[in-house]
This record gives sequence, C-alpha cells and structure tokens, in this order.
Amino acid sequence: MTALLSTEELCMYFGGVRAVDRVNLAVAEGELRCLIGPNGAGKSTFFRCLTGQYRPTAGRIRWRGRDITGADSFAIARLGIGIKTQVPSLFEGLTVVESVILAQRRRHGEADARRRAMAVLERLGIAGLAARVVAQLAHGQRQLVELAMVVAPAPDLILLDEPTAGMSVEETGRAATLIRELNRAHALVVVEHDMQFIKAIASTVTVFHQGRVLVEDSVARVLADPRVHDVYLGRSIAMPGTEGG
Amino acid sequence: MTGRRPTAEIAAAVVLAAAAIAVLPRVLELFALINATVYASMAVLALSLGLVWGFGGILCFGQAAFFGLGGYGYAVAALNVADTTWAVPIALAVPAAAAALLGYVMFYGRISDVYMGVITLTVTLILFNFTNSTAGDQWRIGAAPLGGFNGIPSTPPLNLPGDPGNPLPPERIFAVAVVCLAACYILGKLVLRSRFGRVVVAIRENERRAELLGYDVRRYKLGIFTLGGFMGGLAGLLFANCVFVSPTMFSLFYSGQIIIWVMVGGLGTLAGPIIGAVLLQALTTWAGTLPAVNPSLILGAVLVAAVLALPKGLLPTAAAALRRLRRRDAAP
Repeated sequence: MTALLSTEELCMYFGGVRAVDRVNLAVAEGELRCLIGPNGAGKSTFFRCLTGQYRPTAGRIRWRGRDITGADSFAIARLGIGIKTQVPSLFEGLTVVESVILAQRRRHGEADARRRAMAVLERLGIAGLAARVVAQLAHGQRQLVELAMVVAPAPDLILLDEPTAGMSVEETGRAATLIRELNRAHALVVVEHDMQFIKAIASTVTVFHQGRVLVEDSVARVLADPRVHDVYLGRSIAMPGTEGG
Repeated sequence: MTGRRPTAEIAAAVVLAAAAIAVLPRVLELFALINATVYASMAVLALSLGLVWGFGGILCFGQAAFFGLGGYGYAVAALNVADTTWAVPIALAVPAAAAALLGYVMFYGRISDVYMGVITLTVTLILFNFTNSTAGDQWRIGAAPLGGFNGIPSTPPLNLPGDPGNPLPPERIFAVAVVCLAACYILGKLVLRSRFGRVVVAIRENERRAELLGYDVRRYKLGIFTLGGFMGGLAGLLFANCVFVSPTMFSLFYSGQIIIWVMVGGLGTLAGPIIGAVLLQALTTWAGTLPAVNPSLILGAVLVAAVLALPKGLLPTAAAALRRLRRRDAAP
C-alpha cells in the first residue's frame, strides 16, 4: 500500500553540516508517528523539509506516491497537510474564531465556515475564547488556537513540531489526550523530545541522531534500547551505515 | 478585521460626497474649489497607500510612481486622442500594469520588506530623473511633448463621455474627484470585507501562518499592490485635471508626504489617510503663504509631533477616546 507521506534518502546540508542525512521514512494512513532525538539530531530540519520551509539538498518527498520535493509551503498545505509550528504561529490581531474561519474557508462558505469553526473550538475545549483577540491569550491557549487552525480544514495528515513546548505538566497531559483523540481522524507526525509525552501518546517512534534514523520501533522497544539511552546521554555510538561512532 | 458590516460607513461616504458636491461649489471661490479638487486627489493617493501599507502590510515608498504614471498617462493619452473618454482607461491601465509588473518582480522574487521599500523608492526616483530629462522636441509621445522639468502644462481637462467638444468646468471636475474618492473608499471597504481582503489582512498579521494554511501570499500581495497602483494612478489623473503633470509628481517630496499623511491620519484605517491628506495638505498650502517659512519644515515637525503624541494616528486615537467617553457615560 502506498504510504501517505514518505521520504527517500532525504538530505539537507548546510555547507559541510549534514543536518539531515539520507533519511527514509514512511507514514501510513491514520498512523501516529513520533520523531524524537536529542537537540541537534536533525528532527526539526527534517520537519522543515517536509513543510516546504527548506528545499532538500537531495532525496525525495512523496505524498501518496506523488513527488512533492521542493514544493512551496502553501502547496503542501493544500494537499491536505496541516502544520503546527513549535512557537505558535498565529494571526495576532484577529480574534480566535476569525483565525479558525480563515484556516478553513478555502472549502466552505462564510456561515458554514463560522459554524464549523465553532465546532472545532468546542472540540478543543476553547469555544469560550472565540471572541478573544489572539494577542491577548496565554501560551497554552495560543497552542490550542494554532491546533484549532491546523485541524479546521480537516487535513489527512497533521505535522506537529514540539506541540508541548512551554506547556505545564497538566497542559502536557491534556495535549497527549488531545493528540490521541485527533489521531482517530488524522494521521499525525509529532516531533518531540519529551519522553513522558511520547510514552503518553504511545506510538511508533523514529529516533534521529546526527541527522540520520538511529532506530524505528514501538515506543516500548525504543525506550528499552540502550543506543537511545546513549544518544540522549550524549554518549558516542556507532550509526548504521557509517564506520565507527 | 471586524464582523461589523460596513454599510454605515458606506452610507456615510455617499452622504458626505453628495453634500460636498452640492455645497462646496456654491460657497467656495474658483481658486478654493480647485484647491479642494487637489485635496480630493491627494486623499485618493493617501487612501491607495493606506490600503497597501495599512492593510496589506507592504510599506511602499514609491506610491508617487503610480501617481505620476497616472498623471502622465492621462496627459499623453488625452493629447493624442482628442476624446478623454479613451484617455481615462489608458491612464488607469498604465499605473496598474506598472504596479502589477513591479509587484510581480518583488513578491514572486521573494524580496524582503526592507528591499521592497528601497526598490519602490528607487523606481520612483528613476522616473523622476527620466521625466526631468525629457526636455526638447525629440521627447514626445505622438502629439504629446513630455516637456522635461516643465512637464505637460497643456493637459486637456476631462470631457463628457463621448463628447470631446464639451470639457468639464472646474465645478464638474471637483464633483468627479469627490465621486472618485468616495468610490475608492467604498471599494476599499468592500475589498476588505471580501474573502480576498481578509486573507490580505491575515497575511499582514502573519505571512508564514497564511502560507501554512494554503494561501499563496504572493498572489494576494500582488493583488492588493496592483489595486493600490490603480488608485494611485486615479489620483494622478485627477491631479492632472486640476493642476498639471510634471516630474514633481515622482519626487521624493511626494513619496515622503504620502507616508506622512497615512501615519498622521491613522495606519490600518481607510478614513484616516483621507483625513491626514486633507488636513496636512491644507496646512502645507497655508504654510506656503507664510513669509520665510518652509512648508516642508512644518510638515516634518507635524510628523515628529504626531509620532510622539499620537503614535496610532488621528483617527484611531479619536476613536479610542470616544470609546472611553462612552464607557464612562455608561458606567453607573
């Protein structure tokens, strides 16, 4: 079966730095995939290649088998890929409901868009914020507003870059529940480095290290893997396909 | 962006325009009426930048380029086709096409905001230098001599559509200018109310997020920039009908002045730039009559004072004060 999103030998180099190095990844329909790794592992650069922010140096990105390498962000979004950035990227001067309407109105008329926007806000538990101006919101609320904007057009796949960044323990717990719920309707790729959060959403995990995929397995096996412990502790390890550590 | 319907503002614009057309030609002397026509053309010019900068988030230092192209386009076309009915669409198409071309290069070339300011200003100054150097009989387009520093003083005024033998008197030219101003204001309101306008405002708020939602921001920026060019050209056409076209229309003075009108009137509003243009133009005209006073100096002082005392501009500050008063009156 064709993967929803896949990469083939994807590379992103900055001069001599190989931020992403020959990464092969396939995300199936309805899957919840976590990309983890210590700081500098290349997961955020890989994410930016997927979202069109960076044009890969080499390799291919495919959406349902179609080559989308180097496509612009807006074209990638139009395919049915929702993108949530690490630092909430919002329309500061607009109200919450206006933002969500804008997020989905490519497909719906005004009245329908407003009704759908309110339904999305209710689903995320922030309907009470609908009339508030985005700039006035607290960080946790801003994260949820951005998520509402991402979910609003009903994308097939949602890419989340560190969705719990800056959240309290309680908010992180709620986010995990929310992500599991979102996974009932959308495939998700979550870039994260909070292991507790990864455990809470329990999925297939791809571990990045030095721009490459170190291991890809279930969360339980990944967490039991001594190599993963080593890279998180900053120990040098031998990468597959390379000589020495 | 608000959920409020713009009907009240549109109705107010229509009423004000009708009142101005009915009253001012009766009470103003000819010179004052011509001055009022100049103010109306300046207001259209300010409105054009107010739309591009205040709502599109594009700081265009070269709105004067479209103003000048509209003026020159009209003058050249009117001198070549005796009937100004055909000169008008030409005069509007030239600046709109120039804005579309310039915008395409800037937005599709992913030029950053700072360079956009530099490029728009440079283009304007190139046009200023070029038109300044067109003295001599060899510089003519058909029957229209470009006239170098002196410009084209013999620009024919608008005539009744299809009736070249019937040029409009200054009272009618004033009415046309006021109708154009009201029409531009209403058009701006409707555009901002439309889906296109909402996306433009969203792009001003966060270009990256708009892209991530699937909007091709280049297309929207190009659209609002071209509309601004069109309106700037219309202002030039009106100006050509009450003064005359000359390289000054492309000058740094005009380029800077438009920005000051918008800032003083209120960025992010449509009525603010109109108010700013009329008030400051009146102030400049008055200052020009004073002995030993440079109007530019006064304009600069007003800008500094406005930035310090009213950073949001006249209209937003007045609206906020009115809201505070209403709240105080409503409080028990």
